[in-house]
Amino acid sequence: MASGIRDKVAILGMGCARFGERWEDDAEQLMVEAYLEALADARIEASQIDAAWLSVGFDAVNIGPSGIPAAMALRLPNIAVTKVENYCASGTEAFRGAVYAVACGAADIALAVGVEKLKDTGYGGLPVRSRGTTFDMIGVVGSAPGNFAQLATAYQAKHKIARQDLKRAMAHVSVKSHANGAKNPKAHLRKPVDIDTVVNAPMIADPLGLYDCCGVSDGAAVAIVTTPDVARGLGKKNLVTVKALQLATANGWELQGSGWDGSYFHTTRIAAVKAYKEAAVTDPGRQVSLMEVHDCFSITELVTMEDLFISEQGHGWRDVLDGRFDADGPNPCQIDGGLKCFGHPIGASGIRMIYENYMQILGRAGQRQRQTPPILGLSHNLGGMPNQSVAAVAIIGLQGA
Amino acid sequence: MAGILSFGAYVPRLRLQRSAIYEANRWFAPGLRGLARGERAIANWDEDVITMAVEAARDCVASDAREPIATVMLASTSFPFADRQNAGVVKEALNLRDDVATHDLGCSLKAGTGALLQACRAAAAGGPVLVIGSEQRRTRPASEDELLNGDGAAAFLVGEGDGFARFLGAASVSVDFVDHFRPAGAEFDYGWESRWVRDEGHSKLAADAIDKVLRKHKLSGSDISALIVGIASKGVAITLAKKAGIPAQAVCDDLAEVMGNAGGAHPLVLLAHALEKANPADKLLVVGFGQGADALLFEATAAIASRPNAHGLSKWLRRGVKETNYCKFLAFTGQLRLELGKRAEFEQKPVLSALYRNRKAVLALVGGRCTKTGTIQFPQSQISVDQEHSMLDTQEDYPLADRRATVLTYTADQLTYTPDPPNYYGMIEFEGGGRMLSEFTDVDPERIDVGAPMRMMFRVKARDERSGFIKYFWKAVPAQEND
Repeated sequence: MASGIRDKVAILGMGCARFGERWEDDAEQLMVEAYLEALADARIEASQIDAAWLSVGFDAVNIGPSGIPAAMALRLPNIAVTKVENYCASGTEAFRGAVYAVACGAADIALAVGVEKLKDTGYGGLPVRSRGTTFDMIGVVGSAPGNFAQLATAYQAKHKIARQDLKRAMAHVSVKSHANGAKNPKAHLRKPVDIDTVVNAPMIADPLGLYDCCGVSDGAAVAIVTTPDVARGLGKKNLVTVKALQLATANGWELQGSGWDGSYFHTTRIAAVKAYKEAAVTDPGRQVSLMEVHDCFSITELVTMEDLFISEQGHGWRDVLDGRFDADGPNPCQIDGGLKCFGHPIGASGIRMIYENYMQILGRAGQRQRQTPPILGLSHNLGGMPNQSVAAVAIIGLQGA
Repeated sequence: MAGILSFGAYVPRLRLQRSAIYEANRWFAPGLRGLARGERAIANWDEDVITMAVEAARDCVASDAREPIATVMLASTSFPFADRQNAGVVKEALNLRDDVATHDLGCSLKAGTGALLQACRAAAAGGPVLVIGSEQRRTRPASEDELLNGDGAAAFLVGEGDGFARFLGAASVSVDFVDHFRPAGAEFDYGWESRWVRDEGHSKLAADAIDKVLRKHKLSGSDISALIVGIASKGVAITLAKKAGIPAQAVCDDLAEVMGNAGGAHPLVLLAHALEKANPADKLLVVGFGQGADALLFEATAAIASRPNAHGLSKWLRRGVKETNYCKFLAFTGQLRLELGKRAEFEQKPVLSALYRNRKAVLALVGGRCTKTGTIQFPQSQISVDQEHSMLDTQEDYPLADRRATVLTYTADQLTYTPDPPNYYGMIEFEGGGRMLSEFTDVDPERIDVGAPMRMMFRVKARDERSGFIKYFWKAVPAQEND
């Protein structure tokens, strides 16, 4: 039985570029911006980094293939740089590579850099792309909103919720994230919105309106990890360590098998169970003090509250409306604005979530800091679409927590 | 002797109001006013001669009755492919055996009757022939043809035995009478004065063919109970009937009011319609015209009294939905080049080797059934999707195209590119097992919901602008009551 990753790896430093429409910058500048912050936080030199992982989702429309773009942008000292892609869960995947390298002793210090330059496509939203030779002949290459909107129709039908009630609950998710994003100087969208604006916004993919969809942003985020021993040796105090790091990848059951009803994420539930076990979390609703989840769409966040076992099945929408996940609620979620407002540069998002949890745990989150710094921060990074997804769950916290 | 063993037809759902065509064009062509009545069938953006042929063939022959088919003939003047056998695609979509013969017949509006004639002659010697006529003829905006034409298809299974209607015989007249023509590669027809076409063409050549077939069979006009004339010219059928001594009440409705004229397929469409109402011993005379004429004589048998009523043209005619947007029609036919947005730039280049490898899944919607566990899935895979018993290499072909399905999840996507937004799609689950993510088409928004019944149809998935290739696949449509 695997002993898991708990407390074997510490975060030495983190950095995050300002997310948004960075018209003046290439992907390289975004990586450098996040990297310099992380390097300063870690108080190390580039020469101390043993290995690196680069995550990017749409390399064909920004940095191109291989690990070379990161190695060149950051002028890494000819170390191994591995590029990873696992849909929108790519960021956590890069983090996982770096953490595992340290945990197994292959590297003393490893770096994960996630980046995405999405505002070079000429149109809004995610780029349209092939999903493989066979899929393109028999699948549906819909938009991301279209793929996730189906979650809402299935959830609504399963739990017999009135359309307007679910619309309102979804709107609450977005209103909350806009309020949070307004306090975040690095966020893409910093304007609060009211519930009527959200409910009455133009339809993108029924029932998801404009404000049910997250921003598509340029951005980058970096994590530098090491062992707790090395971290202490470098003079680091208040170590934030990795408690759990789990990934679950759909094997086609949802899409081709039988039993899944389209209303939840099978992979998130599996990754969550494994992560709680690894982190020794037995009562997630109480023990997980801060959540950054993959709110690519309002409905995703709502359903994820159930899939992470924070809300009871079928009750997520009520918990949302009760303010349970608001910044001052019992289980704050997206206190930085989330994908919705911080922004969603695909390859960077998973690392951005960990960045926020790290900053909050250390009490460094500025205006948006949770009054009592959280003990355990969970990040949930989802790739693909409800019927074919990759779910990544990371839990971090102070060493000993 | 051969007979019609079964028959079917297809008319696309949208019915463009002729008044809409006229209103848009009256500033330029006020003379069209006389034709601005009724409605014409128009293919959806994802339909063409091949997809309509498939639907007519499915209407004609149920999936469990296709085994004996030895030949597939497809007649049209508006084939999507000039070189890639159109009938061959139909054969794949119908999941027929590979050892069938397939033929395309075209280049004249009498291609439909020509194919039916050849089918009747060949069936006795070479086994049952599935003969299909299908048309989606391109017309210039503000032309008479734009108002007169209609898209549609009909199919017949012709084989030995009397079936529903016995083939008695035929007469053909073939002369190079050029009432209109279309050079290879050209988009539109070029025609001659209609009065000349009527007097020298219809009234003489078609009449001659009718005369010949009646004489050959020692019949008089009064013996004919249904005169079927697929010519898009008002009054022609009456004139021909008079000439041949056929009673006026025997002249079949040409469906001009409700669907328009389906070119080379039209005599077949009208024959399918007539067979829905024929009585035993009725003699049906079918006339096709184009560089001469074919006249085919059938006699309904006693079996016609027990024809299935679930199928046929009338069902599809009832499914019609009024369309008043002329611009939409022009956009669907590619004559109005709309700003499609950058999402439409998605690469649609065909991968022909992969299509060939996966042709059963892509063209026939054949999934897999695990012979050990019974698990049904789409598409097949070496290792079964079954989560309990992941068997290796145990799957047999399991056709899904004719199975009903229900909606599991759905959306109406305004963002993704489709020629007819919003793009409806979602997960569907087949009766008996198996599921897939599917595009929806011919959507009535009121009838899309979780649990709604759906039926699969063979449609155009995408057209590649650069190579001109057309990708076909199956889509779900709201099911009709009789499906």
